[in-house]
Amino acid sequence: MADVLGRSRRIALAVTAVTAVAALSACGGGSGPAASSDASGGSGVTSLRVADYYTDEPAFSIIGGMLDTCGQSIGVTIEREAVPSGDYLSKVLQQSSSRTLPDVQMIDAQDLPAISKSGALSPVSERGVATDTVGESVLSLGTVDGEVYGLAPTAGTIVLFVNNAMLAEAGLQAPTTWDELQSTAKALTSGDRYGIAFSTKNDGQGTYAYLPLLWSAGGSEDALDSAAAKSALQLEVDLVSSGAASQSTVQWGNSDVGDQFLTGKAAMALTSGTQMSKLDGAETPLDYSIVSVPVPQAGDTVVSPLGGETWTLPRSGDQAREAAAAELLSCIASNDTQLSLAEQRRVVPANPELDTQYLEKLPKLTEYVAAVRDGRSRTAILQDAWPATNTAIFTAIQSAVTGQATVDEALSTAAASAAAAK
Amino acid sequence: MTATTSAARAEVPAPSPASVRRGGAGSGRGRLELYRWAFVVPALVYVALFFAFPVVKNAVMGFQDYTTASFYTGEAPFIGLENYRTIFANPGFWPSVAHTALFTAGSIVGQFSIGLAMALFFRRRFPLGGVLRSLLLLPWLLPVIVSTALWRSLMDQDSGALNAFLKAVGVIDTGIPWLSSPSIALTSVIIVNIWVGIPFNVALLYGGLQDIPEELYEAASIDGAGPVRSFLAITWPLLRPTVNVVVLLCVIYTLRSVDIILGLTRGGPAGSTQTLPTSSYFQSFQDFQFGLGRRRATCSSSSPSSSRCCTCGRPDAP
Repeated sequence: MADVLGRSRRIALAVTAVTAVAALSACGGGSGPAASSDASGGSGVTSLRVADYYTDEPAFSIIGGMLDTCGQSIGVTIEREAVPSGDYLSKVLQQSSSRTLPDVQMIDAQDLPAISKSGALSPVSERGVATDTVGESVLSLGTVDGEVYGLAPTAGTIVLFVNNAMLAEAGLQAPTTWDELQSTAKALTSGDRYGIAFSTKNDGQGTYAYLPLLWSAGGSEDALDSAAAKSALQLEVDLVSSGAASQSTVQWGNSDVGDQFLTGKAAMALTSGTQMSKLDGAETPLDYSIVSVPVPQAGDTVVSPLGGETWTLPRSGDQAREAAAAELLSCIASNDTQLSLAEQRRVVPANPELDTQYLEKLPKLTEYVAAVRDGRSRTAILQDAWPATNTAIFTAIQSAVTGQATVDEALSTAAASAAAAK
Repeated sequence: MTATTSAARAEVPAPSPASVRRGGAGSGRGRLELYRWAFVVPALVYVALFFAFPVVKNAVMGFQDYTTASFYTGEAPFIGLENYRTIFANPGFWPSVAHTALFTAGSIVGQFSIGLAMALFFRRRFPLGGVLRSLLLLPWLLPVIVSTALWRSLMDQDSGALNAFLKAVGVIDTGIPWLSSPSIALTSVIIVNIWVGIPFNVALLYGGLQDIPEELYEAASIDGAGPVRSFLAITWPLLRPTVNVVVLLCVIYTLRSVDIILGLTRGGPAGSTQTLPTSSYFQSFQDFQFGLGRRRATCSSSSPSSSRCCTCGRPDAP
């Protein structure tokens, strides 16, 4: 009898061990249980899980402060998970597969269509979140197939920074057309100083800097072998091959471009407006202006790509938590939050009604704000096919800028591979 | 598991009389079988879950249309050989195979020959030899992401220290585009990987050299053998076991290396440093084509590339 008991105990132990291992590895998809709620039912939600990828200062503290303030206003504490951006997407996918997504999830606007199509996110209207504080252009960042899945409190875009002292020294004005851009950049190049810096890096940053040129020329990301696409790429190639921009642009991201501009190694910079916070925070602040991206011909209008992160509402199946998460999102999208975030991070509030108030404080952002209002989302046309096209575009940029291929060859390859991935 | 083992160990040596009476000889052997399996099962379960499952899953995903939605819905339709066709039709595939081969061969040859030369050098006793040898381990201690950031600034075409040095010495007149020219970037990446891998080679080879008895060299020198002769006749044959291990490990590390290339060039410029592991990474986590990514990962016979990568780019827009 003792032995029988002993054996069953051993089997029980073995079974327990196996179950424990299986539980640890339970990430194989299928129908896992919903994220368990630590709070009781009803409205007794005391804390919310929020995830984002702002791991670097000062953004880490700025976003953390914003979340805490919003949490306080709705009476919950925030359990924040800040994951480095390189690991962020795999973490989101892993959590979406094990049904353990946080209550509020920040997602880069470029990745939103792919994530929302999986069904892991609720449309914000389904949770009763008003979108009236987010202007039309910024709202497009979180819109997929006409449905709003995420709200961005602020947005940024590509602008042209010019060094006022260097321009004055050369007796030149900030360029407004492509021809002027070329001639000004050449005139400002001397010694170890380049006329202009921009990113042609082989990631989204290279594409980001190319898009305002493409769109302002009347091109579109779904017709990469168009004449407009070729003329825009030819402009970048000419700037590099004439020596007005460094060959190293293929390695530079926006942050490197900002560094070149800050240290005076480049007289102009075509880059993300967020680089402003670095320029203003420098020990000897630079005398610079922000102007809109030059257009092909005088009179053409600039269309800029919007960049930003949207805050989304993953489904958890727990009504009380979902309701609290919706309240938190409303606070994140509120006018007060927008103004405070925008001012601290040198981005543009999502609500156009705040423009006057915002520009009173930071008048030099006038062109930047205008660019965001006229801008559009990179995923607006292609939705979840955008990531593959993004890759096709920066691959083409790199091939052409390094002279591996002509502009025509590079772009027809890009058009083919973008079409193949659709 | 410790509990299971100790419980079983306590009971196996003394089978209770009751069980012998009840079961008889045949089932006694059966029970012994059961005991044996009870010991093996935890390990088997572990291996199946953490080694076999990922490998099989990886291979199976190569035949599926696996997208971001698949993670949530669990639905990934089987599409036969479609992923394979796409990969082989991709103009970037064969170049990335060639880059992988060049990267691996170049890195191993460089790391090993320099590593061996240094190990032989440090074998001689001289003042501060021990200190120098420990300093040599520094590149190994640095996180790869730090060393790649360092090399990226050293190798900058316009303001990098490497070009400044070469110009000052008078070797070159204009800066070499180390990482920004498609024809040079692969060489530069190999140079950095060699730098990263030398300490590993020195450490293991130095250890191997320490095991060779000093008397052999003394005997050889009495017989009139010079340094070359004693290296070929004594050092090399006796170091062979260590050499085999070092080269094998280096081949494995280099073949699946992602972080060095991600940190230095992200596979660019213009795809000139794209290898199988890096393109697998990009296909999965940049283009969201997980099935294709897995297919490439299988090609490079490595597990799905680690998702550790801090330089992955997204615009630093707000």
